[in-house]
Amino acid sequence: MMWRAGTVVALHDETPTARTITLQVADWPSHVAGQHVDVRLTAPDGYSAVRSYSIASPPNAEGRVELTVERLSDGEVSPYLTQELAVGDRLELRGPIGGWFVWQSRQAEPIQLIAGGSGIVPLMAMIRSRASAGSTEPFRLLYSVREPGAVFYRDELQAISDGVDSVTLTYAYTRAIPRGWPRPPGRIDASVIAETTWPSKLIPTCYVCGPTSFVESTAALLVGCGNRPDKIRTERFGPTGGRK
Amino acid sequence: MSSPNYDYLDGNAAAGELSRVFAVDITTATGRCAECGTTKCLAEAHLYMHGPGLVARCPACEHVLLRLVNVREHMFLDVRGMTYLCLDASHSEEAS
Repeated sequence: MMWRAGTVVALHDETPTARTITLQVADWPSHVAGQHVDVRLTAPDGYSAVRSYSIASPPNAEGRVELTVERLSDGEVSPYLTQELAVGDRLELRGPIGGWFVWQSRQAEPIQLIAGGSGIVPLMAMIRSRASAGSTEPFRLLYSVREPGAVFYRDELQAISDGVDSVTLTYAYTRAIPRGWPRPPGRIDASVIAETTWPSKLIPTCYVCGPTSFVESTAALLVGCGNRPDKIRTERFGPTGGRK
Repeated sequence: MSSPNYDYLDGNAAAGELSRVFAVDITTATGRCAECGTTKCLAEAHLYMHGPGLVARCPACEHVLLRLVNVREHMFLDVRGMTYLCLDASHSEEAS
Protein backbone atom coordinates (compact mmCIF):
# COMPACT_ATOMS: atom_id res chain seq x y z
CA MET A 1 0.00 0.00 0.00
CA MET A 2 1.46 3.34 -1.02
CA TRP A 3 1.84 6.57 0.91
CA ARG A 4 -0.39 9.42 -0.23
CA ALA A 5 -0.19 13.12 0.46
CA GLY A 6 -3.07 14.73 2.34
CA THR A 7 -3.53 18.48 2.59
CA VAL A 8 -4.89 19.94 5.81
CA VAL A 9 -8.07 21.87 4.94
CA ALA A 10 -9.50 22.46 8.42
CA LEU A 11 -8.58 22.19 12.10
CA HIS A 12 -11.03 22.05 14.97
CA ASP A 13 -10.35 21.70 18.70
CA GLU A 14 -12.60 19.10 20.31
CA THR A 15 -11.18 19.60 23.81
CA PRO A 16 -8.17 21.50 25.22
CA THR A 17 -6.00 18.47 24.31
CA ALA A 18 -7.65 16.98 21.22
CA ARG A 19 -7.89 18.33 17.70
CA THR A 20 -9.76 17.19 14.62
CA ILE A 21 -7.69 17.43 11.44
CA THR A 22 -9.57 17.44 8.14
CA LEU A 23 -7.48 16.30 5.19
CA GLN A 24 -8.14 16.36 1.48
CA VAL A 25 -6.48 13.32 -0.07
CA ALA A 26 -6.09 12.94 -3.83
CA ASP A 27 -7.12 9.51 -5.20
CA TRP A 28 -8.41 8.40 -1.80
CA PRO A 29 -10.07 5.00 -2.38
CA SER A 30 -12.68 5.79 0.33
CA HIS A 31 -12.87 3.82 3.52
CA VAL A 32 -15.19 1.87 5.79
CA ALA A 33 -16.24 3.15 9.22
CA GLY A 34 -13.80 1.90 11.86
CA GLN A 35 -10.70 1.81 9.66
CA HIS A 36 -7.53 3.72 10.47
CA VAL A 37 -4.62 5.35 8.67
CA ASP A 38 -0.92 5.41 9.35
CA VAL A 39 0.51 8.93 9.44
CA ARG A 40 4.20 9.43 8.68
CA LEU A 41 6.14 12.51 9.72
CA THR A 42 9.65 12.96 8.33
CA ALA A 43 12.17 15.40 9.79
CA PRO A 44 14.63 17.33 7.57
CA ASP A 45 17.39 14.91 8.65
CA GLY A 46 15.39 11.96 7.34
CA TYR A 47 14.23 10.62 10.70
CA SER A 48 10.65 9.50 10.39
CA ALA A 49 7.92 8.40 12.80
CA VAL A 50 4.73 6.51 11.93
CA ARG A 51 1.59 6.45 14.08
CA SER A 52 -1.87 4.99 13.54
CA TYR A 53 -4.98 7.13 13.89
CA SER A 54 -8.61 6.12 13.53
CA ILE A 55 -10.68 7.85 10.87
CA ALA A 56 -13.55 9.89 12.35
CA SER A 57 -15.34 10.79 9.12
CA PRO A 58 -17.87 8.57 7.34
CA PRO A 59 -17.09 7.03 3.94
CA ASN A 60 -17.36 9.69 1.24
CA ALA A 61 -16.50 10.14 -2.41
CA GLU A 62 -14.80 13.49 -1.92
CA GLY A 63 -11.45 12.24 -0.62
CA ARG A 64 -12.06 13.84 2.76
CA VAL A 65 -10.51 12.20 5.80
CA GLU A 66 -10.93 13.47 9.36
CA LEU A 67 -8.69 12.34 12.19
CA THR A 68 -9.12 13.34 15.83
CA VAL A 69 -5.82 13.25 17.67
CA GLU A 70 -5.40 13.40 21.44
CA ARG A 71 -2.20 15.09 22.59
CA LEU A 72 -0.01 12.96 24.81
CA SER A 73 2.47 15.02 26.83
CA ASP A 74 5.26 12.48 26.27
CA GLY A 75 4.29 11.96 22.64
CA GLU A 76 6.57 12.32 19.66
CA VAL A 77 3.94 12.90 16.97
CA SER A 78 0.71 13.99 18.67
CA PRO A 79 2.07 17.35 20.03
CA TYR A 80 3.03 18.32 16.49
CA LEU A 81 -0.32 17.25 15.03
CA THR A 82 -2.37 19.02 17.71
CA GLN A 83 -0.31 22.19 18.19
CA GLU A 84 1.87 23.00 15.20
CA LEU A 85 0.11 21.62 12.14
CA ALA A 86 -1.57 24.38 10.11
CA VAL A 87 -4.15 24.58 7.32
CA GLY A 88 -2.35 24.06 4.02
CA ASP A 89 0.28 21.72 5.49
CA ARG A 90 0.72 18.27 4.00
CA LEU A 91 0.87 14.91 5.76
CA GLU A 92 1.80 11.50 4.42
CA LEU A 93 -0.93 8.88 4.88
CA ARG A 94 -1.10 5.14 4.30
CA GLY A 95 -4.57 3.66 4.24
CA PRO A 96 -7.38 3.02 4.66
CA ILE A 97 -6.26 0.13 6.84
CA GLY A 98 -7.90 -2.74 8.65
CA GLY A 99 -10.90 -4.80 7.63
CA TRP A 100 -11.73 -6.24 11.06
CA PHE A 101 -12.86 -3.41 13.35
CA VAL A 102 -15.41 -2.05 10.86
CA TRP A 103 -19.15 -1.48 10.59
CA GLN A 104 -20.86 -1.76 7.21
CA SER A 105 -24.34 -0.45 6.52
CA ARG A 106 -25.50 -3.90 5.38
CA GLN A 107 -25.22 -5.15 8.98
CA ALA A 108 -28.73 -5.54 10.36
CA GLU A 109 -28.13 -6.61 13.98
CA PRO A 110 -28.21 -4.29 17.02
CA ILE A 111 -24.90 -2.50 17.49
CA GLN A 112 -23.34 -1.73 20.86
CA LEU A 113 -20.53 0.79 20.80
CA ILE A 114 -18.37 1.29 23.90
CA ALA A 115 -15.69 3.97 23.95
CA GLY A 116 -13.01 4.74 26.51
CA GLY A 117 -11.71 8.31 26.09
CA SER A 118 -10.32 8.90 22.59
CA GLY A 119 -11.60 5.43 21.66
CA ILE A 120 -14.71 7.30 20.57
CA VAL A 121 -13.09 8.21 17.23
CA PRO A 122 -13.67 5.05 15.12
CA LEU A 123 -17.07 4.58 16.79
CA MET A 124 -18.02 8.13 15.74
CA ALA A 125 -17.19 7.13 12.17
CA MET A 126 -19.67 4.27 12.56
CA ILE A 127 -22.38 6.59 13.95
CA ARG A 128 -21.77 9.09 11.14
CA SER A 129 -21.71 6.30 8.58
CA ARG A 130 -25.05 5.01 9.87
CA ALA A 131 -26.51 8.50 9.41
CA SER A 132 -25.03 9.09 5.97
CA ALA A 133 -26.22 5.67 4.78
CA GLY A 134 -29.74 6.52 5.98
CA SER A 135 -29.63 3.45 8.21
CA THR A 136 -32.02 3.15 11.13
CA GLU A 137 -30.33 0.08 12.61
CA PRO A 138 -30.46 0.16 16.39
CA PHE A 139 -27.25 1.63 17.83
CA ARG A 140 -26.29 2.26 21.42
CA LEU A 141 -23.20 4.14 22.56
CA LEU A 142 -21.71 3.90 26.03
CA TYR A 143 -18.99 6.54 26.29
CA SER A 144 -16.64 6.39 29.25
CA VAL A 145 -14.83 9.68 29.68
CA ARG A 146 -12.82 11.37 32.42
CA GLU A 147 -15.07 14.42 32.84
CA PRO A 148 -17.68 16.37 30.87
CA GLY A 149 -15.02 18.70 29.37
CA ALA A 150 -13.18 15.75 27.82
CA VAL A 151 -16.07 14.65 25.60
CA PHE A 152 -15.35 14.70 21.84
CA TYR A 153 -18.12 15.65 19.34
CA ARG A 154 -20.41 16.69 22.22
CA ASP A 155 -22.97 18.78 20.29
CA GLU A 156 -23.14 16.39 17.35
CA LEU A 157 -23.66 13.41 19.66
CA GLN A 158 -26.38 15.29 21.52
CA ALA A 159 -28.15 16.17 18.26
CA ILE A 160 -27.97 12.56 17.04
CA SER A 161 -29.21 11.28 20.37
CA ASP A 162 -32.13 13.77 20.32
CA GLY A 163 -33.13 12.96 16.74
CA VAL A 164 -35.54 10.44 15.32
CA ASP A 165 -34.13 6.92 14.79
CA SER A 166 -31.64 8.02 17.37
CA VAL A 167 -28.54 6.43 18.76
CA THR A 168 -29.03 5.84 22.49
CA LEU A 169 -26.23 7.69 24.24
CA THR A 170 -24.99 7.05 27.77
CA TYR A 171 -22.03 8.76 29.39
CA ALA A 172 -20.02 7.12 32.15
CA TYR A 173 -17.73 9.64 33.88
CA THR A 174 -14.64 8.29 35.58
CA ARG A 175 -13.31 11.33 37.52
CA ALA A 176 -15.78 14.24 37.59
CA ILE A 177 -19.53 14.37 36.98
CA PRO A 178 -21.91 17.15 35.97
CA ARG A 179 -24.01 18.64 38.77
CA GLY A 180 -26.89 16.34 39.68
CA TRP A 181 -25.54 13.35 37.74
CA PRO A 182 -27.11 10.17 39.13
CA ARG A 183 -23.94 8.06 39.36
CA PRO A 184 -20.75 8.84 41.27
CA PRO A 185 -17.65 8.96 39.08
CA GLY A 186 -16.14 5.55 38.46
CA ARG A 187 -15.15 2.99 35.91
CA ILE A 188 -17.66 1.03 33.91
CA ASP A 189 -18.77 -1.93 35.99
CA ALA A 190 -21.19 -4.82 35.61
CA SER A 191 -24.19 -2.73 36.65
CA VAL A 192 -23.47 -0.06 34.02
CA ILE A 193 -23.14 -2.75 31.35
CA ALA A 194 -26.34 -4.48 32.49
CA GLU A 195 -28.36 -1.24 32.66
CA THR A 196 -27.20 0.57 29.54
CA THR A 197 -26.12 -1.94 26.88
CA TRP A 198 -28.27 -4.17 24.68
CA PRO A 199 -29.56 -7.30 26.37
CA SER A 200 -27.29 -10.14 25.27
CA LYS A 201 -30.27 -12.18 24.06
CA LEU A 202 -30.55 -9.75 21.12
CA ILE A 203 -27.04 -10.90 20.10
CA PRO A 204 -25.65 -7.42 19.41
CA THR A 205 -22.29 -6.93 17.76
CA CYS A 206 -20.17 -4.99 20.25
CA TYR A 207 -17.33 -2.66 19.28
CA VAL A 208 -15.05 -1.68 22.14
CA CYS A 209 -12.27 0.88 21.64
CA GLY A 210 -9.98 2.50 24.18
CA PRO A 211 -6.85 1.96 26.25
CA THR A 212 -5.84 -1.70 26.53
CA SER A 213 -6.84 -2.05 30.21
CA PHE A 214 -10.24 -0.48 29.47
CA VAL A 215 -10.84 -2.83 26.56
CA GLU A 216 -9.80 -5.87 28.60
CA SER A 217 -12.12 -5.09 31.50
CA THR A 218 -15.04 -4.00 29.31
CA ALA A 219 -14.85 -7.07 27.05
CA ALA A 220 -14.80 -9.29 30.16
CA LEU A 221 -17.87 -7.49 31.57
CA LEU A 222 -19.72 -7.94 28.27
CA VAL A 223 -18.98 -11.67 28.32
CA GLY A 224 -20.04 -11.75 31.98
CA CYS A 225 -23.41 -10.28 30.94
CA GLY A 226 -23.90 -13.14 28.48
CA ASN A 227 -22.53 -11.62 25.27
CA ARG A 228 -20.80 -13.98 22.89
CA PRO A 229 -17.02 -13.48 22.69
CA ASP A 230 -17.15 -13.85 18.91
CA LYS A 231 -19.55 -10.88 18.71
CA ILE A 232 -17.13 -8.54 20.51
CA ARG A 233 -14.66 -6.62 18.35
CA THR A 234 -11.94 -4.65 20.04
CA GLU A 235 -9.41 -1.98 19.23
CA ARG A 236 -6.80 -1.22 21.85
CA PHE A 237 -4.74 1.96 22.06
CA GLY A 238 -2.04 0.65 24.40
CA PRO A 239 -1.30 1.31 28.06
CA THR A 240 -1.09 5.10 27.83
CA GLY A 241 -4.60 5.62 26.59
CA GLY A 242 -3.56 7.06 23.28
CA ARG A 243 -1.26 6.74 20.35
CA LYS A 244 1.79 8.91 20.82
CA MET B 1 -0.76 -16.36 30.17
CA SER B 2 -2.09 -12.88 30.77
CA SER B 3 -0.23 -9.61 30.28
CA PRO B 4 -0.69 -7.47 33.38
CA ASN B 5 1.16 -4.53 31.83
CA TYR B 6 -1.35 -4.11 29.03
CA ASP B 7 1.47 -3.13 26.72
CA TYR B 8 -0.06 -4.65 23.61
CA LEU B 9 -2.44 -3.57 20.87
CA ASP B 10 -4.66 -5.59 18.55
CA GLY B 11 -3.34 -7.38 15.49
CA ASN B 12 -5.57 -4.95 13.62
CA ALA B 13 -2.95 -2.23 14.21
CA ALA B 14 -0.40 -4.18 12.13
CA ALA B 15 -2.49 -3.94 8.95
CA GLY B 16 -0.46 -1.01 7.60
CA GLU B 17 2.94 -2.66 7.99
CA LEU B 18 1.64 -6.00 6.72
CA SER B 19 0.26 -4.25 3.62
CA ARG B 20 3.89 -3.71 2.60
CA VAL B 21 4.21 -7.49 2.20
CA PHE B 22 0.76 -8.84 1.33
CA ALA B 23 -1.55 -7.80 -1.49
CA VAL B 24 -4.63 -8.45 0.65
CA ASP B 25 -5.43 -7.48 4.26
CA ILE B 26 -4.25 -10.54 6.17
CA THR B 27 -5.43 -9.14 9.53
CA THR B 28 -8.89 -10.40 8.52
CA ALA B 29 -7.47 -13.86 7.78
CA THR B 30 -7.93 -16.66 10.29
CA GLY B 31 -4.78 -18.16 11.78
CA ARG B 32 -4.34 -21.31 13.83
CA CYS B 33 -1.87 -21.15 16.71
CA ALA B 34 0.80 -23.83 16.31
CA GLU B 35 1.04 -24.12 20.10
CA CYS B 36 -2.52 -24.31 21.46
CA GLY B 37 -4.65 -24.60 18.33
CA THR B 38 -6.70 -21.48 19.00
CA THR B 39 -8.08 -20.29 15.65
CA LYS B 40 -8.86 -16.59 15.40
CA CYS B 41 -8.58 -13.59 13.16
CA LEU B 42 -5.07 -12.14 13.06
CA ALA B 43 -6.73 -8.82 13.99
CA GLU B 44 -7.49 -10.37 17.39
CA ALA B 45 -3.89 -11.30 18.17
CA HIS B 46 -2.01 -9.38 20.83
CA LEU B 47 0.37 -7.08 19.02
CA TYR B 48 3.65 -5.84 20.48
CA MET B 49 5.26 -2.99 18.59
CA HIS B 50 7.99 -1.63 20.85
CA GLY B 51 10.79 -3.88 19.61
CA PRO B 52 12.68 -3.48 16.34
CA GLY B 53 9.68 -4.84 14.51
CA LEU B 54 6.26 -6.17 15.32
CA VAL B 55 5.29 -9.36 17.10
CA ALA B 56 1.80 -10.88 17.09
CA ARG B 57 1.03 -13.35 19.87
CA CYS B 58 -1.84 -15.78 20.36
CA PRO B 59 -4.51 -14.07 22.54
CA ALA B 60 -5.13 -17.39 24.33
CA CYS B 61 -1.61 -18.67 25.10
CA GLU B 62 0.74 -15.79 24.09
CA HIS B 63 2.70 -18.04 21.74
CA VAL B 64 4.42 -15.99 19.00
CA LEU B 65 2.34 -16.25 15.80
CA LEU B 66 4.08 -13.78 13.53
CA ARG B 67 7.18 -11.59 13.52
CA LEU B 68 7.99 -8.86 11.02
CA VAL B 69 11.33 -7.11 11.44
CA ASN B 70 12.94 -4.39 9.33
CA VAL B 71 16.71 -4.59 9.05
CA ARG B 72 18.08 -1.86 6.80
CA GLU B 73 16.75 -2.64 3.30
CA HIS B 74 15.34 -6.06 4.24
CA MET B 75 12.16 -7.26 5.93
CA PHE B 76 12.21 -10.57 7.80
CA LEU B 77 8.85 -12.32 8.09
CA ASP B 78 8.46 -15.32 10.41
CA VAL B 79 5.05 -17.02 10.50
CA ARG B 80 6.06 -20.41 11.87
CA GLY B 81 3.88 -19.84 14.94
CA MET B 82 0.80 -20.58 12.85
CA THR B 83 -0.03 -23.96 11.32
CA TYR B 84 -2.12 -22.17 8.69
CA LEU B 85 -3.55 -18.84 7.65
CA CYS B 86 -6.96 -18.96 5.95
CA LEU B 87 -7.75 -16.04 3.64
CA ASP B 88 -10.98 -14.96 2.00
CA ALA B 89 -10.27 -15.53 -1.69
CA SER B 90 -13.60 -14.22 -2.96
CA HIS B 91 -12.23 -10.75 -3.62
CA SER B 92 -8.65 -11.72 -4.46
CA GLU B 93 -9.02 -10.87 -8.14
CA GLU B 94 -9.92 -7.24 -7.48
CA ALA B 95 -7.71 -6.93 -4.40
CA SER B 96 -4.54 -7.91 -6.24
